[in-house]
Amino acid sequence: MEIIFKNLTQSYEANSPLEGLGLDDVSLTIHDKRFTAIVGKTGSGKSTLVRHINALLKPTSGTILVGDREITPETNNKNLKPLRKNVGMVFQFPESQLFEDTVEKDIMFGPMNFGMSEADAKKSAHKMIELVGLGEEYLEKSPFDLSGGQMRRVAIAGVLASEPETIILDEPTAGLDPVGRKEIMDLFKNLQEQGRTIILITHNMDDVANYAEEMVVIHDAKVKAVGKPKDIFNDKSLLTDDILTLPRSAAFAQKLAEKNFSFPQLPITISELTTEIKRQVHGD
Amino acid sequence: MNKLIIGRYLPGDSIIYRLDPRGKFLITFYFIGIVFLANNVASYGFLLLFVLFAVYISKINLGFFIKGLRPMLWLILFTVLLQLFFTPSDNPMWHWGIFTLSTDGMRIAAYIFIRFVLIIFISTLLTLTTTPIEISDSIESILKPLKVIKFPVTQVALMLSIALRFVPLLIDETTKIMDAQRARGVDFGEGGIMQRIKSFVPILIPLFVSSFSIAYDLAIAMESRGYKDGEGRSKYRVLSWSKRDYMSLIVMLLITIILLFIRSY
Ligand SMILES: Nc1ncnc2c1ncn2[C@@H]1O[C@H](COP(=O)(O)OP(=O)(O)OP(=O)(O)O)[C@@H](O)[C@H]1O
Ligand SMILES: [Mg+2]
Repeated sequence: MEIIFKNLTQSYEANSPLEGLGLDDVSLTIHDKRFTAIVGKTGSGKSTLVRHINALLKPTSGTILVGDREITPETNNKNLKPLRKNVGMVFQFPESQLFEDTVEKDIMFGPMNFGMSEADAKKSAHKMIELVGLGEEYLEKSPFDLSGGQMRRVAIAGVLASEPETIILDEPTAGLDPVGRKEIMDLFKNLQEQGRTIILITHNMDDVANYAEEMVVIHDAKVKAVGKPKDIFNDKSLLTDDILTLPRSAAFAQKLAEKNFSFPQLPITISELTTEIKRQVHGD
Repeated sequence: MNKLIIGRYLPGDSIIYRLDPRGKFLITFYFIGIVFLANNVASYGFLLLFVLFAVYISKINLGFFIKGLRPMLWLILFTVLLQLFFTPSDNPMWHWGIFTLSTDGMRIAAYIFIRFVLIIFISTLLTLTTTPIEISDSIESILKPLKVIKFPVTQVALMLSIALRFVPLLIDETTKIMDAQRARGVDFGEGGIMQRIKSFVPILIPLFVSSFSIAYDLAIAMESRGYKDGEGRSKYRVLSWSKRDYMSLIVMLLITIILLFIRSY
């Protein structure tokens, strides 16, 4: 589903002295079946932005179009289930949503709310627990006996189990070990290749460079830039005023450029970097 | 959740904000006490004028106070109607079964209504202009004499301020959990009564789990930073009693005298 934000403004505590802008006149299109990364400093409005996509927040003004469903400030809370079934969301701290007495039941909770039969939900739970890298033996455990990283995987499985078309991930790998992080990111990439739309909020620029096709930079409640990661990481105006940092490969290339290397465009992934170095060293 | 005005601080600045919280705290309770002294149109009118004046100098929009009435609306309505129809009278205007309507009943109903307004406005004024932490500091300071009878004043005050600190935290946590469960297809406030009660289980359990872990973390954090209760702890926020606080007490005294005068008049 294509997601279109039109002049969307969100003010928290509107009409009170505590009023603050969460988003300021945002217009943005997130394309169907692509992997889009959303980056920006802490408090810039990333979580606020994605909460609109499944109508957890209604705009103060402006509209969002999710597929053919339009959400306006007047949208009421009825009939949002079809939308929320299609837009799965993994929250910043997903472990705080676990509540059932076994992992299996917790994973089945979402799908069954969206009308999946118990048998299908069970099947889905068995499939997803493998997919997120935990074995079936975890299904019978209590979610509260797991480690933080395992809880996170269970929570992710719980969202994937409803088979949403669009998957929103709010810093899904924060606090995971490097191997676990790569596993989870590869999983999301796979899901995208199977035809899902992935929206990833992250502070890790290497993940953006390695996985995303589109990138949105949010700064002070506004959309500062939209485009391909390679173009955005090569935009000097964004790199200067502490809006954005470079992925490690690009930072390394920047250092090399001081030592007789030259890069017309900074490489942003390790493989791009190594090809480029090889080319310049061996001259082929 | 944000609709609850009583118990919520509103950042601002005016003479009411600058008063010592202990004074404000005592005055609020004192005022609630003397509201019950009023017994005629003039005395109720006088107290109402005083409260409106206090609201005026607080520089807070009257709307916030009117919103404060809202959660109490049913109680107010119930009490007022009770007075209106059940006040016994010798010359009722209207009579039907157990219901009587009389001028006496109307007068008393109006008084009760004003009494509610006075009490709610003045307590709203206290909480809008005083941070919860200031309130708990002043309770500690006011309870200090009880130390003589071995009442654990500092511990109680600490518990109180931690409890107050937990309120916004728990509200945030609840919103977060509700959002996460909504995203997983829970509809709050839909379906039959059993359905609704059931839809709260997915909130309450994570809420309990996270409150315990927050409390546990807090205890560890306090211990590792060397917190020890008991005598001789100095204060980070020092309350200071100044001239305007004496003034406010004098104002209260004057109001009492005038009230006693109007009352017997
Ligand atoms: N419920 C709320 N009430 C009032 N203000 C809020 C609320 N939620 C967020 N804000 C404000 O809106 C702004 C954007 O918050 P948001 O959570 O979207 O940031 P973020 O980009 O996700 O940050 P992070 O990287 O830390 O997760 C912040 O300034 C925050 O203080
Ligand atoms: Mg966030």
